[in-house]
Amino acid sequence: MGNEPIEKVSIIISKGSLEGVYPGLIMANGARMEGIEANVFFTFFGLDAIHKQRQGKIKVATVGNPGMHMATWLGGFPGMSAVATKMMGKKMEELDIPPIPEFVELVSDSGGGLYACKASVDMFGFTEDDFIEQVDSIITVGEFYEQAAGAQIIFT
Amino acid sequence: MTTQTIAGVAVEVSEEGFLEQPDQWTRDVGAAIAAENGIAEMTDRQWQVVDFMRTTYLEQGSAPSIRTLGKASGVPIKELYQLFPKAPAKLAAKIGGIPKPRGCI
Repeated sequence: MGNEPIEKVSIIISKGSLEGVYPGLIMANGARMEGIEANVFFTFFGLDAIHKQRQGKIKVATVGNPGMHMATWLGGFPGMSAVATKMMGKKMEELDIPPIPEFVELVSDSGGGLYACKASVDMFGFTEDDFIEQVDSIITVGEFYEQAAGAQIIFT
Repeated sequence: MTTQTIAGVAVEVSEEGFLEQPDQWTRDVGAAIAAENGIAEMTDRQWQVVDFMRTTYLEQGSAPSIRTLGKASGVPIKELYQLFPKAPAKLAAKIGGIPKPRGCI
């Protein structure tokens, strides 16, 4: 007895670290590659991924990140995060995974919707001009829920 | 895995309709698979995508990522999704007689 295939996903990206942004983008692009309708909702520090000036500067967290298997005193050294980010970026390029700005554009070009969370936009004092042109609109949580009708909601 | 006759050629296909033996493929087989999958007649642009996927697979042993497809095939991502609505990489691979791509990008 088979399960019903997924037809639509609404993915939330709420974090501003490299490892916090990529999973949502992989899921969004992966969905589009399967013909699944996908919308991505960027909230809190996730807004950095669609912010013109910030999206190219997103880093790996080297402190408070047990997954790095790195002592706090080491991870806290000036430049550590930049080094870890560079290493991870190189590895991803070898696997043909694009850097965040290119990846976000890829998701949009593939027909994925990109949305900014109004509450977070207001909180950070951003405006529409701060975001890349591919962002469809700034929406409220209620509008997000309306849009997510019939979709699996994936929180990252 | 079953053997079917597509466009007069005996081919082994997987459960999902992908060719198990890429060298059994001919262009007519590709066109027939396309027709079975909602593309009545392949345009030049669609062939361009399929040819790129097939060539890359034969040269490198795996299909290109969608990123590379959009950059190096000559057909940009937006157009890719117009030419092959739904799942372009999967469909182009199926039409091109290569295995189902197994990548996360």
